[in-house]
Parts: sequence; C-alpha cells; structure tokens
Amino acid sequence: MTTTTPPVPLTPKDFATDQEVRWCPGCGDYAILKAIQKTLAEIGASRENTVFVSGIGCAARFPYYADTFGFHTIHGRAPAIATGVKLANPDLDVWVMTGDGDGLSIGGNHMLHVLRRNVNVQIVLFNNEIYGLTKGQYSPTSPRGQRSPSTPQGSVDNPVSPAAFALGAGGRFVARAVDTQQKELVEVLKRAHAHDGASFVEIFQNCIVFNDAAFAEFTDRKIAADNQVLAEHGKPLLFGEDKRLGLRLDRRSLSLEVVTLGEDGVGEDDVLVHDERNRVLASLLAQLEPPAFPMAIGVLYCDPAEPYERAVHNQLSAVKAKRQNGDLAALLKGGRTWIVK
Amino acid sequence: MTAPPNTPVPTSAAAPDRVLSEEVVIRFAGDSGDGMQLTGTQFTLETALVGNDLITFPDYPAEIRAPAGTTFGVSAFQIHFGATDIKTAGDELNVLIAMNPAALKVNIKDLGTGGLVVVDTAAFTDRNLAKAGFDGNPLDDDTLAPYQVLKLDIARLTLEAVKEFGLSQKEALRSRNMWTLGLMLWIYGRDRKATTAWLEKKFANRPEIAKANIAALNAGHAFGETAEMPAFVQSRVVDPAELAPGVYRTVTGTDALALGLVAGAQSAGLAIMLGSYPITPASPLLHSLAKLKELGVITFQAEDEIAAICSAIGASYAGALGVTSSSGPGIALKGEALGLAVSVELPLIVVNSQRAGPSTGMPTKTEQSDLLQAMYGRNGDAPVPVIAASTPTDCFDVAIEAVRLATKYMTPVMLLTDGYLANAAEPWRVPNVVDLPRFPVRFRTDPEGFHPFVRHEETLARWWAIPGTPGLEHRVGGLEKAYDSGHISYDPANHQRMTDVRTKRIANIARDIPAQRVEQGPERGHLALVGWGSTFGPVYQAVNQARREGIDVSQIHVRYLHPFPENLGALLGQFDRVLVPEMNAGQLVQVLRSTFLVPAEGLNKVEGKPFKIRELLEAIRARASEGGSP
Repeated sequence: MTTTTPPVPLTPKDFATDQEVRWCPGCGDYAILKAIQKTLAEIGASRENTVFVSGIGCAARFPYYADTFGFHTIHGRAPAIATGVKLANPDLDVWVMTGDGDGLSIGGNHMLHVLRRNVNVQIVLFNNEIYGLTKGQYSPTSPRGQRSPSTPQGSVDNPVSPAAFALGAGGRFVARAVDTQQKELVEVLKRAHAHDGASFVEIFQNCIVFNDAAFAEFTDRKIAADNQVLAEHGKPLLFGEDKRLGLRLDRRSLSLEVVTLGEDGVGEDDVLVHDERNRVLASLLAQLEPPAFPMAIGVLYCDPAEPYERAVHNQLSAVKAKRQNGDLAALLKGGRTWIVK
Repeated sequence: MTAPPNTPVPTSAAAPDRVLSEEVVIRFAGDSGDGMQLTGTQFTLETALVGNDLITFPDYPAEIRAPAGTTFGVSAFQIHFGATDIKTAGDELNVLIAMNPAALKVNIKDLGTGGLVVVDTAAFTDRNLAKAGFDGNPLDDDTLAPYQVLKLDIARLTLEAVKEFGLSQKEALRSRNMWTLGLMLWIYGRDRKATTAWLEKKFANRPEIAKANIAALNAGHAFGETAEMPAFVQSRVVDPAELAPGVYRTVTGTDALALGLVAGAQSAGLAIMLGSYPITPASPLLHSLAKLKELGVITFQAEDEIAAICSAIGASYAGALGVTSSSGPGIALKGEALGLAVSVELPLIVVNSQRAGPSTGMPTKTEQSDLLQAMYGRNGDAPVPVIAASTPTDCFDVAIEAVRLATKYMTPVMLLTDGYLANAAEPWRVPNVVDLPRFPVRFRTDPEGFHPFVRHEETLARWWAIPGTPGLEHRVGGLEKAYDSGHISYDPANHQRMTDVRTKRIANIARDIPAQRVEQGPERGHLALVGWGSTFGPVYQAVNQARREGIDVSQIHVRYLHPFPENLGALLGQFDRVLVPEMNAGQLVQVLRSTFLVPAEGLNKVEGKPFKIRELLEAIRARASEGGSP
C-alpha cells in the first residue's frame, strides 16, 4: 500500500489502492473513481500532497480507493475538516468527496460556508437524488413525489438544485458533469482542479439499486444530445444532434428560451454565447430542467478570487513582519508588570 | 471595618498614620454605563503595584445595553486584596460603591454588617428609585442602618472638578467613576500614576477628555485628603503580601489559558489552529488568540460549533495543534466529532469554559456541571483525558499539560475551566521561557514498515503521519480499523482489541502524571475535602481556617479527572469521611464512589456563584462534630 514516489509520471493505476472497491456493481461511483484517477494522472498530481476528505455515505467511501492521503470523517462535516487541513497546510491539494445527502442535507451549512469563504478545495458532489447507504430514503435533491421507504406516498419536499445552491452561496466555480460521460467529466475535473479557490462540481451519478435511471431523461444516449447543453466559454449555447437548437434570452421576461436555428428567422447571432464569468447567466443555466429545457453541463461559472486560506496566511505574515515574528518571552511579560524582590 | 471601641488601632510601620487592614473586599457597582469595570481594573492595577496579593471578579449583565437604572443593568467589579495569600474573590464585602439605587439594591445584601457603603446621592432620584424597585429612599429610612453610609454628591463634585474643560454635562458626568476611584485610592493609600498614564494613552486623541478624567481622579483623591470625613471613614493601609520574587503581572484565566496554549504549542514545536464559535463565557479565548498572529496562531471563527471542532481536527490531521474552545452547549454539539478524533487518534485540545446549565441555562454564571459530559458525553467507548484548572493562573500550566498529553498520547484532551476562572484575575509570576517544559513532536517520515496504526510500545500512541510526507499515504476514518494496518475492519476480535487498546492507552496516562498530593493537612485522618476546578480557592481557605480551629481536615484537589492519579483511591481510603464540594448536583462524587467504592459525600451548590468560605467551613465543622463515617 505504501510505496515511494516513482520518478516516472504517475498513471491512473498508480492512484488505485489495494482495497477491494465495495460499491454495488454498476454504480456510477466506479466511473467517477476512474475519472478522478485519470484526472490525477493527467494533472501530474503527487500522491503525498493529495488529500481526499469525505463525510458519510456511498460517495464518502471514495478515499479508501485512492492511494493518496485520505480522511473518511463524519456525516456532512468534510468541508469543515478540509478547511482546517488547508488552514494548517495551504500547500496540500484537497478534494472534498460528498453526496447529495452528506453535502446538502446534514452538511448543508458547511457547504454554504466553504463556498462563501472560497477555501481552495475541489468539492465533488455525487448527486444520485437518493440516500444509498441507508437503503433508499429520499434525499434533498429528490424530486417531489419521489417514493421511498420514508415517503411511501411520495415526497412532498421541494428539492434543492446543487449547482444553484453553490452559486447562491457565492461559489466562484460551479460545474456539472455526468458519471458516464467520461470525456466531459475529466475535463470538468481538470478545470475544477486548476481553479484557484473553492470549486464545486455536481456529478449526476446513477444509483442502480435505489434510484436507477433517475437522470435518464437527459443522460440516455439516444436522447442525450437533445436534452443536454454543454456550456463552453466563448461558444454559443447550441445543442441537439446537429447543433440546430440553441438558447436565446427572452428579454421581456428575463428568461431563457429554446430556439431552432433556421426557424422563425432565428440565426446563430440570436443564440447566447456562454460567458463563464457571468454569474447571472450561470444562474439561468443552472435552473434549466428537462423536459422543457436541456440540462446544462460543463463549467457554468468560473470567476476566481483570492482563496480564504491564502488571505489568512497573508494576514499572518503581515503581522509577523510588523511585529518582528513575535517572541514568547515578550508576550508572557506583556501588559503592566511589577517586580517583587 | 470599624474597630470595636477601646481596642488599639493597628497601624503599619510603612504608614503609621493609617489604619492597618490585613485584607479588604471592595465591590464597585453601578449602571452598565458607569464604567465600573474600568474603575475596578484601574484600582486593581494600583493595588498590584503596591504588592498586595489579590483576586478580582467582574459581574456584568448578560444584556449588552440594558436600560439605564434597572437592576438587571447593574455592572459590578469585585476585588479582594491583602497582605496575605488571597485565594478567592471574597465572601462578604467590606466596602460597596453604589453609583445608583439599582446598584445598591442588587449588592447591599453582600455587604458585611458594619461595612462601608459609598453612594452618589445625586443618582437617588425618584425616577431611579422607582426603577430600582425601592418604595422609599433607602438613604432616608433604616434600610442601611446595619452599615456605615458615606453619602456624597459625586455628580456635583465631579462637575465642579471638570468644569474648566468645557465638556457637555453628559460628558462631564462620565468622569464620576474616576472621581470615585480617586477617593478609593486615597482611602487605601494608593498611587495614581498608572491610572493617569493609562487615561492619557486611552484618550490620546481627545486630550480634553483625558484631562477631565485626570482632574476628576485628583479631585476625588483631594477630597479624601481635605474634606472632613465621618469618623468611620479612615485612611487605611494594606501591607504588601509575601510573594515569591520575580516579575509579576495580573492575568485572567482566559489570558493565562491563551498564553499557556501558545507556550505549549511552542514546547511541542507546533503551530496552533483554533477553531471556535462565539459563546459566553468562552469567546474571550478566541479574541485573545486572534491577537497573537505574530506567534503563528491561526484562529478560525467557524460557522458553528461542529465546524469549529472539525476544522481543528483537520488542522491536527495536517500537522498543526488543533484547538477548539466552547462552553457546555457547544461542547454538546462537538460530541460526534470528538468521537472521530478519538477514533482516528489525533491530538486535539477541547476547552470547556463551563457555565450554568442545562440547555442555555445562565450563560454569564459559573458552574462546574459538565464533568460527566466531558468524561462520558460521546457515543461508544470513547475515553479522553480530562484535566481541570483550579485558579486563573493555573490555566497556564494546565494548558501546557494538555498539549503535552495530547501530542504524546495522540488523543483529544478535555480541558475544563469555568465562567469564574475565565473572568477572575490574580497576580501571576511570569515564568522564564527557558524553564518551560519541552516535548517536541516527531512526525513520522520513514515509510519503512509504516502502517497508520502501528503503536509506540510504551505510550501505545500511533505515529503522527501528516499529508505531504512521501511514502506515508494512508487512509483513516471513523470506521473501525484493523490493528496496525488501519484498514476497515468489522472483525469481532479486532474490535475488542481496538476498544481495549484505546482504553488502555488513556488509562496508562495515570503513570505519566504526578501522584495526587494532599494540599493541606495530613495524608490520613477524619475528613478530607476533595475538590476540582475553581472551588480550589474557597476550599483552601475553609480548610485552612478549620485547621486553625483545630479540626482534623485535609484538602485534596484533583487536577487529573480522567484518568485519576494512580494513588488517589488509596489516599481517599485513608480518611473516615470524604466530602466533595462541587458547583453541580454531584458529579465528581459519583465518579469517586463508583471508581473507588468510597463513601464519599457531596456538598453541592448551583447558584451561579462560587462557594463562600463560610458555607464550606460550616460543612466542615458539622462533620467534625459528628465524627465517624456517615
């Protein structure tokens, strides 16, 4: 399990542990594991500087399967623990592996704060719209009407949209990907890693046992093209088999509408061009839902700012410089003193 | 205060014209806006500078801006100082300063018979009397008959003293506290230099305010010197206490704790990362440490108590000294994460500044009712060392000891203080840095033969192997781990073995801490008072007094509450009776009874205030006369 770092560049296999993977056969998590291992190899990550921090849930088992440092913590708290790791050692490359229940239900508060503080970690949220490890209860992302052991008549909760939540929390990198679409997934993960600050990646992950085909209406290969739009910076928001469908802004209602190129006089100039630094556009895209609209995937928003832990350490360095690195003896004798002979 | 007739008046060689007092308890009380905390703090400084021993305790309202003149808006500052060893803030007052009727109403019951009460008559208006809930004016009826009353129109005297500075009446009246301080400094023969310097610095940007306050201070002092005072107001002197030679300063428990954590971290060669969430009375530790960035202290005000401890655990995982600080309700929220730290065996300091509970309880009032929470408040068998500070200055040593245990045994340590210790202040002999213990941490670096849960033979501690170290990549978590390898394990025998080793590792700390000593009195006998935490002062004084009365009683004060010192059980067995005074409904007494099968008896008080010496003395006397076992 513990080997020294080889001089040659690492391959995806080098990031695999000797532990038997215990996800259900056919689980989307396998695809995500594979994509992360590939990402780590492609970005030239070092094993010793990489830390995976997770909470509780199926997704949270992830650290056991990556031959890096890993910390499987408690339910919902991975963002808080990761914040402490980064504050203590900002040089570490920290990934938070979480799910829809872990990250947005029990850990919703920490998710809000790690994003608004902009701690430089990659947050990968496996969204399967169900509680898997506890055997199938509905989750905060389950649609209304979801039948589950705890909602036999169907859920009457309104779901939260992870990407919209992340944008609302002040996240400065928000992206989406699909577990089975490896090419886009690896691209998105690489972008997330390159982002300076907190990056949030929602992955639509299929739970084959408790919520199979939850995302089929936009991930099924036969219809995916017409029901997904890949957001790429500087490119028009076109989709469909032959890229004849596009997103246009209805200025009167400040909402997006789907248009067909060549119909009703619609040309490519009418179609919105994706600007990943535009938070308003990102919010509009995050809220699109099939069947009326395509699901927006890719990097919806990316607008870096100074990460939290860097600001903290800059403050620390400034005070140290100003007060000549401090001295314990002087500190102990601080304030008003007197001498007893 | 007043000597009985025909007794010679004691005097001091240092000040033959003044009456000698051994020790004095003064309380400055007024409205929240009257500046009583500053007045008390300055009186304390001048008192420390003449070499008296002392303890101070502030008592301020929970409300941030309580309506003026109300009883719940009263703010008070108490100082007990003397020529002897001072160990409590004082049972009963010798002097009460009451700046308004509400302050008189709230505090007069604590003034001893014959004690001196100083009032500002200007504040005793019909309106203020009604707000304080007085039917008539206590200055005119017999309410204050048991006391000596010094009635002064402090407002008018202050206005006269500062009139040349052209301040508004409202601003001018703000100096009433300095006038009063001046008078008190005269009564006790104290200097005004430190206060004058402090005022000049504090109001450097508003020189007219500084000058007015200094004028009021001097006027109060001159008034004592020149005015014809009633015979019962005598100028007094309190000789210096016999303190060990050295450099001194005053510290609150919070100050000492912050310094101790920084010193402990330096002894271990670690940076501190404090994760904390604001809560009374623990927040001042966050404030204190936030000011120490030059010593590499990182403070993180987390989004909640859970994130606070989790960030500290994350920091420890990455190789810093993780510290989290809170009070009972916050500690309750930290319980699950504390269990994680137990399971993954990482160092962590958890400070609980206890307050009156349950639930929100009385946040500004002291109590020590979280001992059982500290010892047992987690799911599963999750032992952690628990240690408690006994005095404000003891917080420094206890903090260093907590860091030593946490890093040597790779364990969270629960450090208990309380609202009293956090806020009380006393003189502290500043230690030399070279004399502090050193216990540098050695992180694992060698990949050869490394497994995350391989243990040190003697301490049973695992290696601290931090991210960033090549070849030591490994996974840890809250799931049960296989012995040595740390892989997930559900094996029944392994869980038994891991539970046993976690228990044994903490239990073995008993070998690495000082044997329990007897603070006062013989090591065997009729009665032992066994205390912990901030009851130290009153228990010490009560046992001391009882022993002078010829009662066979000893004092045992327990710093290490889990594990107990190895000899504690045998020591308790040497006494016919064991009495355990606690500011809770009976917690240590329960643990002592169940651990050692001794017939220990509780003496319990939960009034949000420390024990009075008198209460303890009465309990000792009662048991002394009863004799035998209960």
